[in-house]
Amino acid sequence: MKKAANDTGRCVACGVCALQCPRGAISIYRGCYADVNISMCVGCGICEKACPAGSIVVRETEDTGR
Amino acid sequence: MKHTVNQKTHWYDYLWIWSIIYFALGFFNILFAWLGMIDFILPLIFAIVGGNKWFCNHMCGRGQLFWVLGRKLKCSRGKKAPKWISSKWFRYGFLAFFLTMFGTMVFQTYLVFSGAESLRKAIKLFWTFKVPWKWAYNGSTFPDWVAQFGFGFYSLMLTSTLIGLIVMVLYKERTWCSFCPMGTMTQGICKIKAKKGA
Repeated sequence: MKKAANDTGRCVACGVCALQCPRGAISIYRGCYADVNISMCVGCGICEKACPAGSIVVRETEDTGR
Repeated sequence: MKHTVNQKTHWYDYLWIWSIIYFALGFFNILFAWLGMIDFILPLIFAIVGGNKWFCNHMCGRGQLFWVLGRKLKCSRGKKAPKWISSKWFRYGFLAFFLTMFGTMVFQTYLVFSGAESLRKAIKLFWTFKVPWKWAYNGSTFPDWVAQFGFGFYSLMLTSTLIGLIVMVLYKERTWCSFCPMGTMTQGICKIKAKKGA
């Protein structure tokens, strides 16, 4: 299943992805990085398109069934 | 169909208008440049007290302006920025450079305060190009150093916005955010706070 994954070491925590996410699946964890709630993510890629640091990408993720 | 959480709009979604008003005010009276200190102090308070980047995430008028111009008015190519722009060394290097320039500006203010130099009614773009800005100040009840700081601070704000606009056009809308000195500083504070578990 396609899901958004964030490179937390690269993320600048600007929050653009969280603002753009149509599902409200992204939150900024303690001002450090964007945290994707995988169970809510539909893999639309809107966050990837908005991310200025190129840290959040949609990729094939193993479905953990959660 | 039910509306999703993100479709709600708030008063702070319109703070991009503030960015425009700020530069307009400083064009007519340089003392208004001092209002830009809000954008310096608020994010730091959020980071130090709250341990978050709520300012960047929801209230940054500059970031919003880049979004409105870049995405809504289609002034951005929307291309991926080169990786080095959001690399740690560039982000912290730019922060160091920015703070040095801020320090230089404060020192210039001190020189006017101490009387070693006189007030210069000009702004400096990209720390290099001097632009006359005489019309924005005709004296006030404040001492000259107050106006000198205004000219210096306005220069800093305008220069950084111009850099942001250039990278907005060339790359993603909010590319500025990936190396914004305030953003780097507040994220650094948040990371320290999160590590401490505070």
